[in-house]
Amino acid sequence: MFGRLTWNSVPWNQPIPLITSLVVLAAIVAVLVWITINKWWPYLWNEWITSTDHKRIGVMYIVLALVMLVRGFADALMMRAQQTIAVGASQGYLPPEHYDQIFSAHGTIMIFFMAMPFIIGLINFVVPLQLGVRDVAFPTMNNVSFWLTASGALLVNLSLFIGEFARTGWLAFPPLSEKQFSPGVGVDYYLVALQIAGVGTVLTAVNFVTTILKIRAPGMSYMRMPIFTWTALAASLLILAAFPVLTATYAELMLDRYLGFHFFTNDGGGNSMLYMNLIWVWGHPEVYILALPAFGIYSEIAATFSGKPLFGYRSMVFATLGICIISFMVWLHHFFTMGAGADVNAVFGIASMIIAVPTGVKIFNWMFTMYGGRVRFTTPMYYLIGFMITFVLGGLTGVLLAIPPVDFIVHNSLFLVAHFHNVIIGAVVFGVMAGYTYWFPKAFGFTLDERLGKIIFWCWFIGFYLAWFPEYALGFMGATRRLQHIADPSWQPYLDVAMVGAVVILAGIVLTVWQLIYSIRTRDRRLDLTGDPWDGRTLEWLTLSPPPHFNFAVLPDVHGEEAYWTRKQTALREERLIEEPRFEPIEMPVNTPTGVICAFFASLCGFAVIWYIWWLAILGLIGAFAVLVWYAWRDEHEHIIPAEEVARLERERRRIRSELLGDWKPVT
Amino acid sequence: MTASEAPAIGLTHGSSEDTGLGNRGPQSKSIVVPYGFWLFVLSDMVLFSALFASYASLARATAGGPGTLQLFDRTTVAVETIALLLSSFVCGLAMVAAKRRNLWWTEAWLVVTAILGLVFLFIELREFGHMISIGAGPQRSAFLSSFFTLVGCHGAHVTAGLMWIGTMMAQVWAKGFQPHITRRLLCLSIFWHALDIIWVAIFTIVYLIGTLP
Repeated sequence: MFGRLTWNSVPWNQPIPLITSLVVLAAIVAVLVWITINKWWPYLWNEWITSTDHKRIGVMYIVLALVMLVRGFADALMMRAQQTIAVGASQGYLPPEHYDQIFSAHGTIMIFFMAMPFIIGLINFVVPLQLGVRDVAFPTMNNVSFWLTASGALLVNLSLFIGEFARTGWLAFPPLSEKQFSPGVGVDYYLVALQIAGVGTVLTAVNFVTTILKIRAPGMSYMRMPIFTWTALAASLLILAAFPVLTATYAELMLDRYLGFHFFTNDGGGNSMLYMNLIWVWGHPEVYILALPAFGIYSEIAATFSGKPLFGYRSMVFATLGICIISFMVWLHHFFTMGAGADVNAVFGIASMIIAVPTGVKIFNWMFTMYGGRVRFTTPMYYLIGFMITFVLGGLTGVLLAIPPVDFIVHNSLFLVAHFHNVIIGAVVFGVMAGYTYWFPKAFGFTLDERLGKIIFWCWFIGFYLAWFPEYALGFMGATRRLQHIADPSWQPYLDVAMVGAVVILAGIVLTVWQLIYSIRTRDRRLDLTGDPWDGRTLEWLTLSPPPHFNFAVLPDVHGEEAYWTRKQTALREERLIEEPRFEPIEMPVNTPTGVICAFFASLCGFAVIWYIWWLAILGLIGAFAVLVWYAWRDEHEHIIPAEEVARLERERRRIRSELLGDWKPVT
Repeated sequence: MTASEAPAIGLTHGSSEDTGLGNRGPQSKSIVVPYGFWLFVLSDMVLFSALFASYASLARATAGGPGTLQLFDRTTVAVETIALLLSSFVCGLAMVAAKRRNLWWTEAWLVVTAILGLVFLFIELREFGHMISIGAGPQRSAFLSSFFTLVGCHGAHVTAGLMWIGTMMAQVWAKGFQPHITRRLLCLSIFWHALDIIWVAIFTIVYLIGTLP
């Protein structure tokens, strides 16, 4: 009846996961009760859960990402603590089978459920605004994508309480991840959760490639699109070309595990190196799926806070697309030690070094954007500068790793782990934190507290160096990755410094939560009434903060490379706004519960597959199909916002802007 | 703002007559929807490319079991192929009928498409059943694992396509040729033709090359 699921699947005898899950459950129940007591369900259901508004969906993605950041970071702290304690005679507080689950969960959650939703959330929020349009190409599908991602996150976190998580590392390499060596449900949780989330990701990519290529404001030609939009396009194209490979790879591993196929097994002619090749054909582009939009965020910030157009816009576009293509030609550098031979390794080593060239072009472009500008040192600008320093260092260690003979020495060592944390924290985490700070006022109508923002930056920046530079040294000294116990006591000082770094980052994360609470409570002091708090250059700053549901009363007519900047300068010069347009009713897509119901059935089906409860799996599939047919049967697709309502909101915006015209002062 | 741009150019209406690059504002839904669906189909083809790559690298890993020469029969595959290609042609006829808003012919051609699809599926399943019965199931060797996965994934797509055809027949019947229904019919035909393209690759790489002496 319940497959492999029994009463003993809950870890009753393991205090750490048990108590953690009970605390989390209690917190979830408390939040649900709180929402119920305050009667917020109708609001949440109508305005958020079923919303097809790209801005709302973007915010939900980012909320998911922040929650998962806390979860993933808790894992990181536990690992650091274990490594500091378990030196020499001490065995620490985490047994190996638990430690292995923690490092697997940390990587999986941070990449798939923290970094990806954060980036996709920012893309969701910003891109339609930057394009000067009202929504994405497929608003309902956008909602479905989000809920499928959330469904995957739910399953991964459920493994804490029911069953176990994979002990195989974040990419579940066979043959370790095969049934023979990992008979439990851990790898199944991993595979099923990522398959469900992966579908959501591919649908998001379809949505954004279509939106960017087909739905832009009049006059927004390709070479007038803001760089963040360009990078969103590049990332979406990469997702479209890379994620299906991941789906196929995981499907093959699932067939091995569930039906006894022989893709990656040791026997029957299986080939585990095939898995390495396939997974890294996805895995390397994935690095750029995360990094390119982060580069886009930095480009917007560099131009805005330097008060200059981005230096080398065209070279930035070509560098982005160059990286997009080359990123598919370097996957083998993840396993030089496979034994493909000197020639193959040389080709991939050189390709990996070549990819540093367009990245270098970008670094110079940001520096030249700042050069000669009137730079305002706001929090996002701190992140930009911190990123440039940190990322160059991470890039250099990357070029080092791209040399096959060097790679043979430091392969699978802490040097490698330090390298990828260096680039991912330095580029992606700094980037999303900068983007979060930069676009927060657009989403909510008030800025985040700047003083706290800068402290948070310093926590991340200093914490990162303390946590990861000792690991570079340890890597050279021979420390391999994923050590549950450290045999050599002379490594203790390095591990202690790393622990201090992790605590400093913890302070940054705690302060991020405090910054949010504090900024909400003191929002009256920092209201953004203009819709343009940073003296921006792209179209999202044209509309109100927060933007109305339809974003723009009339789609802006784009002239010049910097759509909004050109318009703003014209208005300032002529001391008047463009003439009031004729307002017409606007059709907007209706809300739909399709996404959340679909994700409900997907979670049900996923859970059933993990635990071999086949009747429930079939029920889930039928349910999901029925929801789709039901959705397709609807007759009402849009609701109309009357012209008077459009006119009212737009006239309010025009009144504010007119008042400002003589006296346009951005926040500094 | 000139008068010509003043009308609300939203997601849902207004189409431009320029080059289709979207420089003159958002494209109409009749362009956007099939375009997005094409992108999805392309991503699906990438998925197949990974399965093809697996097959290519495991095709000789028979682990002492039967290989391609012992298992594949060109005649059966030829019949299968004809059924599928013919179904694509008939699907095209259904689209012509839909364009002329002819309910009966649309439904009729869709039925024929589905029947031909079922014939294809039946032959494929019979082949699978036969292979499993002689001990050449997917658990036998890596070669057979990759064969069943690649061809079976295509079969699963055909099955999904059949369910979609059924759904569309019901929708056309109940709702007539509304714009969103005809857009979906177009997407369905894109999907069905894409399955043909993939089958041609399977036919060549798996069956033709596999039966070369």
